[in-house]
Amino acid sequence: MPLFNVNDNYQNPTAEGYYGDFGGAYIPEMLYGNVETLKTQYLQIMQDPIFQAEFQQLLKDYVGRPTPLFLAERLSKEIGATIYLKREDLCHTGAHKINNTIGQIILAQKLGKKKIIAETGAGQHGVATATVCALKGMECVVYMGEKDIERQAPNVARMKMLGATVIPAKSGSKTLKDATNEAIRAWINEPNETHYIIGSVVGPHPYPDMVARFQSVISEEIRKQLKEKTGTELPTHVVACVGGGSNAAGAFYHFLNEPTVQLVAVEAAGHGVHSGLSAATTQLGTPGILHGSKSIVMQTSDGQVVEPHSISAGLDYPGIGPLHAYLYESKRGTFLSATDEEALASAFHLSKIEGIIPALETAHAFSVLPKMNLKASDVVVVCLSGRGDKDLATYMEHL
Amino acid sequence: MSNLELVFKEKSKRILNVYCTAGYPALDSTMKVMASLQKNGADIIELGMPYSDPLADGEVIQLSSMKALANGMNIAVLFEQIQDMRKSISIPVILMGYMNPILQYGFEAFCKKAKEVGIDGLILPDLPLFEFEDAYGKIIKENGLDFIFLVTPETPDQRVKKLDSLSNGFLYAVSSSATTGKDKDFNVVAQYLQKLQALQLKNPILVGFGIKDKATFDAATVHTQGAIIGSAYIQQLSKGGDIETITSQFLNSVLGA
Repeated sequence: MPLFNVNDNYQNPTAEGYYGDFGGAYIPEMLYGNVETLKTQYLQIMQDPIFQAEFQQLLKDYVGRPTPLFLAERLSKEIGATIYLKREDLCHTGAHKINNTIGQIILAQKLGKKKIIAETGAGQHGVATATVCALKGMECVVYMGEKDIERQAPNVARMKMLGATVIPAKSGSKTLKDATNEAIRAWINEPNETHYIIGSVVGPHPYPDMVARFQSVISEEIRKQLKEKTGTELPTHVVACVGGGSNAAGAFYHFLNEPTVQLVAVEAAGHGVHSGLSAATTQLGTPGILHGSKSIVMQTSDGQVVEPHSISAGLDYPGIGPLHAYLYESKRGTFLSATDEEALASAFHLSKIEGIIPALETAHAFSVLPKMNLKASDVVVVCLSGRGDKDLATYMEHL
Repeated sequence: MSNLELVFKEKSKRILNVYCTAGYPALDSTMKVMASLQKNGADIIELGMPYSDPLADGEVIQLSSMKALANGMNIAVLFEQIQDMRKSISIPVILMGYMNPILQYGFEAFCKKAKEVGIDGLILPDLPLFEFEDAYGKIIKENGLDFIFLVTPETPDQRVKKLDSLSNGFLYAVSSSATTGKDKDFNVVAQYLQKLQALQLKNPILVGFGIKDKATFDAATVHTQGAIIGSAYIQQLSKGGDIETITSQFLNSVLGA
């Protein structure tokens, strides 16, 4: 069995937010106060028993955790290994995103904030943010790329029904990157009463670490559930799709320092990694700074961020969280990719053989299973990060 | 004494620093715009290097950056354009830009080349204090460039003093926490500038963000040595027409000449 390098830095970035060479907080002075407050207080607040009590209770009673770990028998038989699905699609609002928004909304309250802003790609994070804002009676403004508003119409409707204001990001590629720019600018313009709920493990320190910790409930549960089902806490592989990388960070977190567990991150290859229409950041990117942290970024040779492509709005991002950049660089993580076509095929296949319609983002994770040369003795956990209702329009085009 | 320091020595009030985007409105208009700014009364030029994701900039400067990038501007092209600028431009020129394109060019190579063509200082809004002290500040200093930090009304006094102590030439006071090109309440701004004045800083203060005409320039310079205009000038350029005419009309209106 191969052993992977592990070290404490994977779970604990430095005081300035570095995982190896990646991370940090490259932000203008206008955001200094807000980010500094978060940086000095997030761990303390998150570790406070009163915070934890409310967080855990809402995860249980509102989100519906723990989510099941499901043995996918037909899929296992077909692949020739034991495949478990971590059912994040069964979370309230239909994806793992709410684990983080529940945590951040309580944190925002503790910080005395009155208003929430967020960016969203597929709309799952926007819906999860609008949901917790409704729950807590806070004003919510979500920035969403104009192109994503068109291709994720049901989620736009859900956000509006939940009382959020959805503002189209019209700059650049009109997708997640630009929605994130607009959200950061909005935060700069009204920093005092506003908290910015970032939806992925990206952004300036402490966001990548904070979001990873909120999402780490996924792998915490996997360990317990796997122990109950198999007698051992450790699978041989954990597989998750990666855009910014929040569901992967959560699914990997409690296995980061387990040298026998292979962590497989699946990026969106669009029309093919080298087709010019792709979002496979680790394959196409180089070290750079995007949205406040140093990571791997898809960019031109003179440092302009390029417009990515993926059929899934949630993976259509030219960067990756700094933790993932470090997992890639240190070879702790294995980075694979799936094309639009492969993801679509996987979505249809999983629906037919397991009765689960996955989100397009999630479907990418399933596409790599046949390519992994799995053995009969392997125990693989796939993070089923979200359900596919929001993608029905795209699926219907391919029925 | 650096060129920037000389400006403040020779003129203690109403220093006008004007921002322009390199490669805007046309790829080859960089030098033309700078010459017009110098001719019509600007004391300092802040030359913006366009970037695809300019977080601190409002819509007007974003759009000018997108146009400049589409025109073909990048750092290498800019250095070619301004290679001989010191034959015609005598006022200080500061480069403003974001870290990512500079890192791709090579930070040290960038500083060296900037000094070589006659650049006086740098404003890099997303280079934070920690990174400046940890790595980049030394390279900037070794290459003889001034570095200008931003401070905002939310920056605590102790931090203002620290940022002032590490800055050279002047300190850039952002009139309120906001992206560029937003209107401000100048009574609130005045209170903030008075507070800064009372801190007795090492550097002169130039105030920026929200300065757009004579009234705001006059108000901003009551408590500071000068002000920075960006979006309002770019807005004028965006309307099209002769650069010299636009620049002379705009600067005359601001300076009340």
